Amino acid sequence: MKGLDNGATMYAVDPRRTSSAKFADVWVGLELGSDVALANTIGREIIDAGLIDKDFIAHSTAGFEAYRDAVAEYTLERGEELTGVPGEVIREMAHAYANAEKAQILWTLGITEHHNAVDNVLALCNLALLTGHIGRWGSGLVPLRGQNNVQGGGDMGALPNKLPGFQNVVDEAALAKFSECYGVDLNPVPGKHLTHMFEAMETGELTCAYVIGENPADSEANIDHARHLLSGLDCLIVQDIFMTRTAELADVVLPASIAWAESDGTVTSSERRVQVCHKAVNPPDGARDDIEILGDLAKRLGYDWGDPTPRELWDELRSLSPMHFGMSVDRLEAEGGLQWPCPDLDHPGSPFLHGWLWEDDLEGRDPAPFSVVEAQGPIEELTEQFPLRLTTGRALDSYNTGVQSGGFNSPIRSGDEIDVHPADAARLGIADGEIVRVSSPRGSVDMGVRIQSNLVEGLTFTTFHFPELVDLNVITNDAYDERSGTAEFKAASIRIDKIA
Amino acid sequence: MADLYISPDTATDAEIAAVDAALLDDQRASVQEHERVVRGGTRRRHELRHLLLPALHALQNEAGWISPGGLNHVCERLQVPPAEAYGVATFYELFRTTDPGHAESITHVCMDGACQVAGAAALADDLEAAGTKVHRGPCLGQCERAPAVFIQGRSGPDSVPADETENSGAIPQQGDESLRLLKRIGVVDPTSLESYVAHGGYSALRAAIGMGHAELVQLVKDSGLSGRGGAAFPTGVKWGAVRDEVTKGRPAHVVANADESEPGTFKDRIVMENDPFSLIEALTIASFATGAANGWIYIRGEYPLATGRLENAIAQARDAGWLGEGIAGTEHDFDIEVRRGAGAYICGEETALFNSLEGFRGEPRNKPPFPTTHGLFGEPTAVNNPETLVNVLDLLDVGLEAYRATGTERSPGMKLFCLSGAVARPGLYEVPFGMTLGELLEVAGGVDGELQAILMGGAAGSFVDGAHLDMPLTLEDSRERGTTLGSGVVKVFNTEADMNGVVLRIAEFFRNESCGQCVPCRVGVVRQHEILQPLETGGTLAADRIELIDEMALAMGDASICGLGHTASGAVQSAIRLGLVGGSA
Repeated sequence: MKGLDNGATMYAVDPRRTSSAKFADVWVGLELGSDVALANTIGREIIDAGLIDKDFIAHSTAGFEAYRDAVAEYTLERGEELTGVPGEVIREMAHAYANAEKAQILWTLGITEHHNAVDNVLALCNLALLTGHIGRWGSGLVPLRGQNNVQGGGDMGALPNKLPGFQNVVDEAALAKFSECYGVDLNPVPGKHLTHMFEAMETGELTCAYVIGENPADSEANIDHARHLLSGLDCLIVQDIFMTRTAELADVVLPASIAWAESDGTVTSSERRVQVCHKAVNPPDGARDDIEILGDLAKRLGYDWGDPTPRELWDELRSLSPMHFGMSVDRLEAEGGLQWPCPDLDHPGSPFLHGWLWEDDLEGRDPAPFSVVEAQGPIEELTEQFPLRLTTGRALDSYNTGVQSGGFNSPIRSGDEIDVHPADAARLGIADGEIVRVSSPRGSVDMGVRIQSNLVEGLTFTTFHFPELVDLNVITNDAYDERSGTAEFKAASIRIDKIA
Repeated sequence: MADLYISPDTATDAEIAAVDAALLDDQRASVQEHERVVRGGTRRRHELRHLLLPALHALQNEAGWISPGGLNHVCERLQVPPAEAYGVATFYELFRTTDPGHAESITHVCMDGACQVAGAAALADDLEAAGTKVHRGPCLGQCERAPAVFIQGRSGPDSVPADETENSGAIPQQGDESLRLLKRIGVVDPTSLESYVAHGGYSALRAAIGMGHAELVQLVKDSGLSGRGGAAFPTGVKWGAVRDEVTKGRPAHVVANADESEPGTFKDRIVMENDPFSLIEALTIASFATGAANGWIYIRGEYPLATGRLENAIAQARDAGWLGEGIAGTEHDFDIEVRRGAGAYICGEETALFNSLEGFRGEPRNKPPFPTTHGLFGEPTAVNNPETLVNVLDLLDVGLEAYRATGTERSPGMKLFCLSGAVARPGLYEVPFGMTLGELLEVAGGVDGELQAILMGGAAGSFVDGAHLDMPLTLEDSRERGTTLGSGVVKVFNTEADMNGVVLRIAEFFRNESCGQCVPCRVGVVRQHEILQPLETGGTLAADRIELIDEMALAMGDASICGLGHTASGAVQSAIRLGLVGGSA
């Protein structure tokens, strides 16, 4: 927002004219799920208009020719056809992006909650590679995070195929290093991401789950199915700061203290900045620090880890993760956080993850590859039975399933209602505020209608912050991208029926 | 576009038409271009924000108030948050935010100083008794024809009855050969560029263009010309500083501060009404000197005649090539826009004026940074009083030597004084700096009755008495004698005047006009007015009360952001010190 105040230009690409889009110089309301088509059309126009950064492409990238050939068919006309956005506006965006001295592409779940999420991301990366808007001050690719410490979770190895510091589970040397430090032989087989875990529950391969700070019994797509699977586990342990829907299904609930206010530790922001945070208040009686809970659990399982302090654990992490080694707690305190990689105590941290693209020797790395990706719409086609698109998202004052935001009131909160374009509402004969039945191939929910003109005809939208009132994920599509494990929350086919 | 939450109130068709007529068609902050494309954005919204004040004027005029529905229409059109726009609307005397319940014009009656003594209260009562809708308010800048009245029109133009019934062009010295700043007043046809040129108009601009930017700025520096609005800052230094910024490639502005609101001041009004082209020419010279391409005249909302004449003069000058692209055959582009204030004394403070013009509440900004680097829209700005600007015409006409030969070494040139109250011939006078106060009163025909006190510099100035009649009217002498020339107010009170009422009214004026932004002033002016309440019944002030006033004056002087707080106690303190009020009967 400060950038906009200072004169930056913003194009907001979103099927809905969201609050953020209202601050944009131009709202570009592309057809739901046509992100790759739009990016490829922009890429083609940048190439066609001679706006590529030739030197950068030659020096720092690979696969340009294949990309160029692949996007050749994404003319402005085709782009308009696929995205619904006037070709002239796509052209304008292409030129604005390519000609800008500094330009960023920022995205969040609108790109990643699709069955072709990784394609969407790669299509955007291609644009940065075409123009050199990466690895430099003010330019870049910016996946915005929804929580202060999403990045930190990944840093610490909360990924099925990674060890802390993004070292691979399948890397024998790395695994051996961790095994030696931990004093046990670690499992060399990568784990499963959330979506695969549910599949494993279905096949009976997975019979016990230990859920920390997550509420899958509300947040999963096709939720009835997910709840059924969770309920069928032999053992479900939930460690959380609230009694969530998932906790209600659990065999054991371990009340935890709040990470940022009631315990010491670090968080990592979206810009990879590791920051120290301190305990400010004592947790309520019975709620305990995650470290203590895990340590006591280990003790019961026969392993005594002692009583390590957060600082001792951080130093252990530093000894195992080269990218964190230079970040002593003292330095983090004194310097207001550091950005990884920070391999030694004299290293200033790395403001640009991809600054190496501009080094003469690319720091010995392989050039960044272009990726050929093709446009695909949402996996679920519109049919006569389910003729409307549904996309989901978040409201300003609420957070995901409402676990953290449902406890307070907000004057601008209206509950989960389905936003319908006036023309669709007229055709269906439904009125603002009317309770209707919304159905997808997976199920039905009853919810109120809100007639809104901030989306295009044929598109509907709802939040999912109030699962206790409207069990929205009953109808969302659990088809997912095999590579990211993320379900297509952003696009389902639905029908709206009058109840009365 | 911003993320706005607009209440369900809707504007009437007439309100929509009035607001839309005040804006150009493409002045919309958000435009749906296609089912899937909306253009708007923060930059566009910022660029249009300055239209808020004109839009509110249109709404007030049409509806008689800033109705919630009308405000919503303005807010949607300009994408201003309604809460902010409401905050702006409530800032100004000329805007109402409650339904007046009638469709009539409002007659504003001035309750300050000269008008107070001349029977304003009785006039207001009489008007009201006759069924007129009356608003009792602060100085209307017509002190020479007290008591002053201004009619705020409803679905029609504003007007000043005196403009129609009296020869408002008259200045007592009309025809006097010694006049230099006022030489065209009453002589030239104020509605005709041709007449202006026939009376020597635009010769100064030609001379300025002939000498070029650098020499021109140097000339103004050498002349010793200082600001006539009250602060007396060297004009050449100001222009030079803006010029420096322009040479760095920054866009810049010149602003004529015609928000003449200091009670007792009416000099700029008379110049603008009777010789409007002179201000246009002088502002053009300022733009040429500084290199600024954007000119603004911020004029009091209570000056309908002057506003109309300036707008007419600008249109004629534009048609004749004196404004626009490549003025007068040079490569310098310059144009002027007139903006009306809406009744707020504080908007005469230069940074408050910028905020007001930009569509915000007219609250002063902290300085530094100064306007010469961060002025209007955050860009370098030379803001000058009309009298100051017109002095540049005189300087170019008579030359440096003759200019400096008038007045004193430290106060060169001619000076305008606004004489009102108990003098034989109230009005606007032009005399050389250095004439004594007593001599000036003689020029105006002498005191009417027995002299009691003279308010120098307006409400923000101070009272003097007969002991000051030998004081030469210069910046240095007035400072040395503990008073100020300020904006040239000389308001004379004879022994019949009720000074308790006058001083109380000054305290009330500051209480009403403090913008409320900074604490010392917001609290201080209220406490000052409260402490003075015994004067209402002719009572005395205890020593500790007087001490408290002095203490608060110190706090306001030290800690207020702007001049309003700095000067809010001057008149009160001087009146007490001279024994005009508060002493034992």
